[in-house]
Amino acid sequence: MKLRQLSLFLENRPGQLKLPCQVLGQAGIDILSLSLADTQQFGILRLIVKDEDRARRALEQAGCVVKVTEVLALEVADRAGGLAEVLEAFERSGLSVEYIYPLSAGHRGKTAVLAFRVEDPDRAVKLLAENGVRVLSREEAFAAMGA
Amino acid sequence: MPLATENRIWDPAETLPRDELAGLQAERLRGTLARVAQNRFYREALARARVEPEGIRSPDDVRRLPFTVKDDLRENYPLGLLTVPRAEVARVHGSSGTTGRPTFVAYTRGDLERWSGLCARFLVAGGLRPEHLVHVAFGYGLFTGGFGLHQGIERVGAGVVPAAGGNTPRQVMLLRDLRPEVLVCTPSYALHIAEVARAEGVDPRQLGLAFGHFGGEPWTEQMRGAIEQELGLAAFNNYGLSEVVGPGVAGECGARGGMHVSEDHFLVECLHPVTLEPAREGEVGELVFTSLTKEAMPVLRYRTRDLASLDRAPCPCGRSGVRMSRVVGRSDDMLIIRGVNVFPSQVEEALLRVEGAAPHYLIEVARPGTLDEAVVKVEIRPRNFSDEMRQMVELRDRLDHEIHSVTGIRMKVELVAPNTLARSEGKARRVIDHRTERR
Repeated sequence: MKLRQLSLFLENRPGQLKLPCQVLGQAGIDILSLSLADTQQFGILRLIVKDEDRARRALEQAGCVVKVTEVLALEVADRAGGLAEVLEAFERSGLSVEYIYPLSAGHRGKTAVLAFRVEDPDRAVKLLAENGVRVLSREEAFAAMGA
Repeated sequence: MPLATENRIWDPAETLPRDELAGLQAERLRGTLARVAQNRFYREALARARVEPEGIRSPDDVRRLPFTVKDDLRENYPLGLLTVPRAEVARVHGSSGTTGRPTFVAYTRGDLERWSGLCARFLVAGGLRPEHLVHVAFGYGLFTGGFGLHQGIERVGAGVVPAAGGNTPRQVMLLRDLRPEVLVCTPSYALHIAEVARAEGVDPRQLGLAFGHFGGEPWTEQMRGAIEQELGLAAFNNYGLSEVVGPGVAGECGARGGMHVSEDHFLVECLHPVTLEPAREGEVGELVFTSLTKEAMPVLRYRTRDLASLDRAPCPCGRSGVRMSRVVGRSDDMLIIRGVNVFPSQVEEALLRVEGAAPHYLIEVARPGTLDEAVVKVEIRPRNFSDEMRQMVELRDRLDHEIHSVTGIRMKVELVAPNTLARSEGKARRVIDHRTERR
């Protein structure tokens, strides 16, 4: 039910983003989705790949600090108000969202798939189900990203 | 404060009343001056300072003597500062020469005897008993640590495992199989032993160690806590340097409120590193030692570059020797930032408080306009890295706050990627001062 996201620490200076992308490229690992958070001085790169363990090893061997965190893939209706409906369910469940980024849009015509980072993913899956929101399986999420 | 071990005193001289001690020191200082007069370097230095042995009335007269520095030993390489005939030399030790040409020190048979007794003092003060077995993981060789401690342990009548340095898995095996009660090494190596033990599937707390005597490098109270936690022993600090004698210059008693200097053998001064005036009571300054009993290569007012404070308040253990604090830094490392004295060790302590173990860091000081600006670059470590920006910003703010509370000044904290700060020969460069580089 959960995706394993790789997070990397990056210094905010030229060339820092290229290194991990190059490492994954040389390892033949495709980046399915990513999000980049930054401050003036440093940034956090979050990556979704299919072969997380191999990607992690390759990145760590290249000297990167990598953290694996679990995120939830949720399907959202791709229309005005679609995300608000899902967030409504979060609110009813008493869950707070740390961050969101898109995994794919236009999937199956009218849906988008987003990655949600919450504090306790297992508890969130249960509470969201009770509130009528289904969390995509790993396979479904990868399929949505065309992998 | 409860004592970390039963108070036992090895040598009655450790409790000599202060007035008797002063008399003994003055007498022995006259002896040292007579001895160094055998050497041309000292004879000329004393003549320039116009000091005669007969003019020494009290230990305070040491302030009239000229200083000795490391370069004096280098310039008189290898044994130019010898004060006895070469035939009387029983042992030569030396410094590693990590910061320049190596230097040698020499001992007579009598020096070795006294040195063993000095090591026995702090070992016994820190729990060593004749029935114990001691694992010594100091290097045996020119470095004074191995042989110095070894002799002290034998003097006490305890058993020694001369494990020496290196091959940590083998050290763990020796500790597990021989079950010594006492461990002797550098504090950082003690933590390394614990780490390797765990990796080998041995619980370091189950090794049966009761006491540890650690020295040879500066360390912190936080590190003491970590060592005691990891190895399940009571950790004691000791101090010494080869130019003065080696280990045995000072060591902790069971109260562990500073290290008692063996003042019947060494005169200690604590001086402001720039003005060389005596530091105020309790204030950090550079430690300066004068030999009182050393025969082969005594030193006059040797500037150690080690920064510490002295506490003259009576100690509950009954020893009369003044207590020196931990070494908080090296006078060569002292930075003056916006008029405030700052030591890299303070920054390290702040990082330790936040992170639990010191990460690699670099302090950069510059003066872009009229004011000094200091930046501390801290390498991020996997255990402190979070995918949430909020927590990373919090980590940086906590580092910022601790550095301010320890040093008293604001330094900008920058988180940097691991292994990006330069390391040279295992020793990390801690400070880059752009102000001096531009001059």
